[in-house]
Amino acid sequence: MRQFLKYFSASCLFISMVITSSIAIAADYKVGFIYIGPPGDHGWNYQHDVGRKAVDEAFGDKVETVFQENVPESADAERVMTQMALSGADMIFATSFGYMEPVLNVAKKFPNVKFEHATGYMTADNVSTYSARFYEGRTVAGHIAGKMTKSNTIGYVASYPIPEVVRGINSAYLAAKKANPNVEFKVIWIFTWYDPAKEADAAKTLISQGADVILQHVDSSAIMTVAEEAGVYAFGQASDMSAFGPNAHLTAIINGWAPYYVKKVKQGMDGTWKGAEQTFDGIGAGMVIIGPLSDKIPDSVKKEAMEIRDGIASGTLHSFTGPINKQDGSPWLKAGETADMGTLLGMNFYVEGIEGDIPQ
Amino acid sequence: MDLSEINFAVLVASLIVASTPLVLAALGELIVEKSGVLNLGVEGMMIIGAVTGFIVGVETGSAYIGMMAAAMAGALLSLLFAFIILIMQANQVASGLALTIFGLGIAALMGHPYTGIKSPQISTISIPFISEIPILGTMFFQHDLIVYLSLISVLVIWYFLNRMRAGLILRSVGEDHDVAHSLGYRVVTIRFLAITFGGAMAGVGGGYLSLVRVPQWTEGMTAGAGWIALALVVFSGWRPFPLLIGAYIFGGITILQLNLQAIGVNINIALLSMAPYLATILALVVISMSRFRGNRGAPGCLGRSFVTIT
Repeated sequence: MRQFLKYFSASCLFISMVITSSIAIAADYKVGFIYIGPPGDHGWNYQHDVGRKAVDEAFGDKVETVFQENVPESADAERVMTQMALSGADMIFATSFGYMEPVLNVAKKFPNVKFEHATGYMTADNVSTYSARFYEGRTVAGHIAGKMTKSNTIGYVASYPIPEVVRGINSAYLAAKKANPNVEFKVIWIFTWYDPAKEADAAKTLISQGADVILQHVDSSAIMTVAEEAGVYAFGQASDMSAFGPNAHLTAIINGWAPYYVKKVKQGMDGTWKGAEQTFDGIGAGMVIIGPLSDKIPDSVKKEAMEIRDGIASGTLHSFTGPINKQDGSPWLKAGETADMGTLLGMNFYVEGIEGDIPQ
Repeated sequence: MDLSEINFAVLVASLIVASTPLVLAALGELIVEKSGVLNLGVEGMMIIGAVTGFIVGVETGSAYIGMMAAAMAGALLSLLFAFIILIMQANQVASGLALTIFGLGIAALMGHPYTGIKSPQISTISIPFISEIPILGTMFFQHDLIVYLSLISVLVIWYFLNRMRAGLILRSVGEDHDVAHSLGYRVVTIRFLAITFGGAMAGVGGGYLSLVRVPQWTEGMTAGAGWIALALVVFSGWRPFPLLIGAYIFGGITILQLNLQAIGVNINIALLSMAPYLATILALVVISMSRFRGNRGAPGCLGRSFVTIT
């Protein structure tokens, strides 16, 4: 009896842990999503899940979506995607940079499954990539930050030193410098996308060193909470975060994945989906959305910010327009020249004026 | 690079805040391990404390009631562990790991409706007179009640373990449960109490995280703090004061590296995040080489199931 109870209690614990996946319903088309963190982060993953729900809503019973959260960027991702493909997924959205290798490996094994990989740069016959020009949003945010700072010190909490993040720092810096020539950037790299405690610590550190506007390229809303408490400004990342800091929240750079997901699923269903495509859309296509502007921003600055947004959307303005030098002073862009796609996608240098080094 | 930009008083103050969850959870685990039980579920109990503390804090509007609820939730979860390993005599390592996974999952479930809500504030209590000492006052005497409590618990636990009869009994149970049993001590009851205490402390540590340090609820917010707390107990050689110092070092590494980065120093972050674990391994090596191995190392019955022969 004791033996039995022992195994019984152990297996009860085990079973309660295992029952997480949803029960399959018969639908014509099945779409899988894998997330790097929880959709409840109110940031990066939350927006991907908004996109998934938009797919649900757009196609009703015809499409079934499944998702798996907290999938590490390792062999685990491969297992999860293989499992999804085996259970009949027709299309899989892998929503983080680090899923690149796993996506390519699984795609090779399942040539009939269509893969969409976010923010990556490698494609295959059945793998397309998509990314947003977040840096366009950061130009708008940078301008507002430059105008709003009183200490002329802007803090930036960054995740990993990959081109996407470096691009964002450069873009925000250039805009802030243009708005306010005395501005100085302090960058902290925390080497994680999602660790609320660490993000909060980084923000507190920046504030203690005089920063009064904080920009972030990490996923949680902890920084907004800290900024609200300390009475400084911050920007929402990926989602609107004004609930966490009604006074601190200036605006948010919102990722609009929904139209893209709906479009791609539709293409997949009617057979017009193509592999080896690379989508890189920005404010113009609605993949990057500037959230509502806070009342704390003076009207003149609001107007300038909207002009920048509209200019970028219509293509008359580019975030990286010369003359721009690299950090070491060597010329990068001549006057009037705009950055080419290749340099942007592989950006691994700071522009002139930013202090410190990018960790290697 | 300009070191004068770093405010060292604020740095020390914030490293104390950053380390407090570690101190609390590790002190609890210290007592558990001294009784001869290895509970690897610290992370799970912390996150349950974090979510329960936050929920109750928001609903009642009082962070202190939230903290108490966090302690109770941690203790409740640890009771499950105690039941499995003491009554069912299951493997402690496996049960502890299961507790962590279970805790993380159930916390995510419970906390779902509470993302994106602000928590009630805990006010800092500046101790009269001494908090006005320049620098030292900012560093040590302008914190909230929980920070002071964590420091007092270090003292109390040291006194309990080394100066009280009850502490001696607890240690003897951990050293050799068969002997303790033959002397008439109730091994299972004592371990039950120790595990519950450990759970409550881990719960408060978690509650501190969600109510004070971050302060909000986000899924998976403990992010490995429970594991560092476990490493800390080993690092300290199962002693309260080295544990406190270790926690401040471990917490301090993070805060210091953030400050150094902000003034533009290029440092290897991967190495620094590895540091707590590396230090623990080094401490283990030193302990096992030391002449004091007998009385400075791990409790003799750590991780062993107690089977009464009747």
